[in-house]
Amino acid sequence: MLRYTVRRLGQLLIVTVVLSVLLFGWLRALPGGPVSALLGERATEESRARLVEQLGLEQPLYVQYWKFLRRALAGDFGISTGVQPGTPAMEVFLQRMPATLELSVLALLLAVAVGIPLGYLAARRQGGWLDNLSITWSLIGVAVPVFFLAFLLKYVFAIEFGVLPASGRQEAGLDATHATGFYVLDGLLTREWDAAWNSFVHLLLPAVALSTIPFAVIFRLTRASVLDVVEEDYVRTARSKGLGAMVVRGRHILRNAMLPVVTTIGLQTGALLSGAVLTEQVFNIAGLGQALSLGFQRQDYAVLQVVILATAMVYVLVNLLVDLAYAAIDPRLRTR
Amino acid sequence: MLGTKRRERIDGLAESGGDTAAGASLAASAWRRLRRSPTFLVGAGIICAFVLLALVSPLLAQHDPALRLLEEQVSRADNSIPPPQPGFPLGGDQYGRPLLSRLLLGSQQTLLVALLATVIGLGGGLTLGILAGAFGGWVDTLVMRVVDVLLSVPSLLLAVSIGALFQQQSQFTVIIAVATVQIPIFGRLLRGTMLAQRASDHVLAARALGVRQRSIVFRHMLPNALGPVIVQATLMLAVAIIDAAALSFLGLGAADTSTPEWGQMLGSAQNFFDTHPHLAFWPAGCIIVVALGFTLVGESLRDALDPKKRR
Repeated sequence: MLRYTVRRLGQLLIVTVVLSVLLFGWLRALPGGPVSALLGERATEESRARLVEQLGLEQPLYVQYWKFLRRALAGDFGISTGVQPGTPAMEVFLQRMPATLELSVLALLLAVAVGIPLGYLAARRQGGWLDNLSITWSLIGVAVPVFFLAFLLKYVFAIEFGVLPASGRQEAGLDATHATGFYVLDGLLTREWDAAWNSFVHLLLPAVALSTIPFAVIFRLTRASVLDVVEEDYVRTARSKGLGAMVVRGRHILRNAMLPVVTTIGLQTGALLSGAVLTEQVFNIAGLGQALSLGFQRQDYAVLQVVILATAMVYVLVNLLVDLAYAAIDPRLRTR
Repeated sequence: MLGTKRRERIDGLAESGGDTAAGASLAASAWRRLRRSPTFLVGAGIICAFVLLALVSPLLAQHDPALRLLEEQVSRADNSIPPPQPGFPLGGDQYGRPLLSRLLLGSQQTLLVALLATVIGLGGGLTLGILAGAFGGWVDTLVMRVVDVLLSVPSLLLAVSIGALFQQQSQFTVIIAVATVQIPIFGRLLRGTMLAQRASDHVLAARALGVRQRSIVFRHMLPNALGPVIVQATLMLAVAIIDAAALSFLGLGAADTSTPEWGQMLGSAQNFFDTHPHLAFWPAGCIIVVALGFTLVGESLRDALDPKKRR
């Protein structure tokens, strides 16, 4: 177990370093660059040259990378040139991260809270109306572009009926304390219940839109997995031993059926971020997704580097944790 | 949204592709089960209908999709958009261009983009997968680490960064961007099925008989490892259509001056969503139905090829 963990951590390190090299070269291969993004087309040669020197872009690539790496290890990812000009990229990341995390966590919770029970019920009544309905729902959900679903929800619930807010993270003008940046949590911590509720309500529509695909994946996998497990010998053995229905369902069926589902939940983190880029755009939420699309438009190397590296690391790290959790659930994997 | 269920699908498929030794009889039994599957029939029906529509759309479209035939009805002041009228059953878009004709002709571009992106993604993935799965050892390790790195970047970001690499925004950019997301997915999937083939009895037998390496890889391993890849490719057609639309939505799709494409139509309709939702509904509806068609066919193919369900 320990050797396995160490080896996986080593792989995480390698992936991160390789990715940072690729990303660094990649961004600099993009046409344009921060200088023309900052100064526009009509800037004088002189001001252009000054900025190039300021940003250290005149040095050879490997020197730039080496400097970047040394600073990055100390947490300094350079200054944002496009998304929030003048602010350290790390600060931009830290300011926006809570919004995306809040949204993604709620979306994932929704997907898990609906997907797993529904998958289990659908499998137990295979071919029944609930089964057919949920399968149809999940199939259509995957075929609908996330941003269109987001639009649709916004149109129906925010514009037509006006029951939920259409954009942002919190009502403008609401005087709330922001200690952690997670608005819902902030409200709860400071006991400003109104603020917490207001932020939560703002999260609902984007989270529902974002959760469709993870929901479909989790539901389908739970269903398939339960169907597989039900036919296993040990379930029959458990039944014939006269164990109670609840014990068989909980300990034997659900526990074993959850293994592939747990893995998938980990793998969905990457998908959630892709979805967040689109959802944040529709609901005008200043999160990482918005920082990324802005960063590409305005060639903000610093912000792009920190955000992409951080998300890739989170992705790899989450999957490491999932594999470890896997080993904890399934004793057979521990010996390896 | 891009390639959402990437790894989950890959892993599931790699398992199901493990023992497809009897290729011909598998195909026969799979076809027998497909013909009776309502999922397959509905999906195939949708795809056939849209392919047919794309083929005959030049005959059906009554107006030039690029001409601003109703321009005088478009007023900048109140964002007015030409309503349905004789000769223009769906009215015009924000530039006064005929919506129905654009929708009809858009089917060609949309299907073409999805097809080309998936073919390129498949080609790249096959190359990586064959390299890793056939040679093993350090080649395998190297290829799989590259795949790991590509997979660790959220798919939409990967597509966006590829899209940003090209200076002009065109259908070509979209195709390359969407294909790049697919390459590591196909690569990982094929590597899994190839590895399973390497250890299988018929490959061992061929090796014992002294069959050449190239022949083993291409005649004994690859055909048997392809089943799950075909399923994935079908599902990827759906993903490619949605991904292309997502790129358009972010303003990274083809420029508006080119031939109509649904994703691009949907992307440019976003500013009018509050006032004229029908501009978005039509292309979105088409995208959803076609994507659903490919998903249904892919899912039923996967079921039909699943050895656990084979009779």
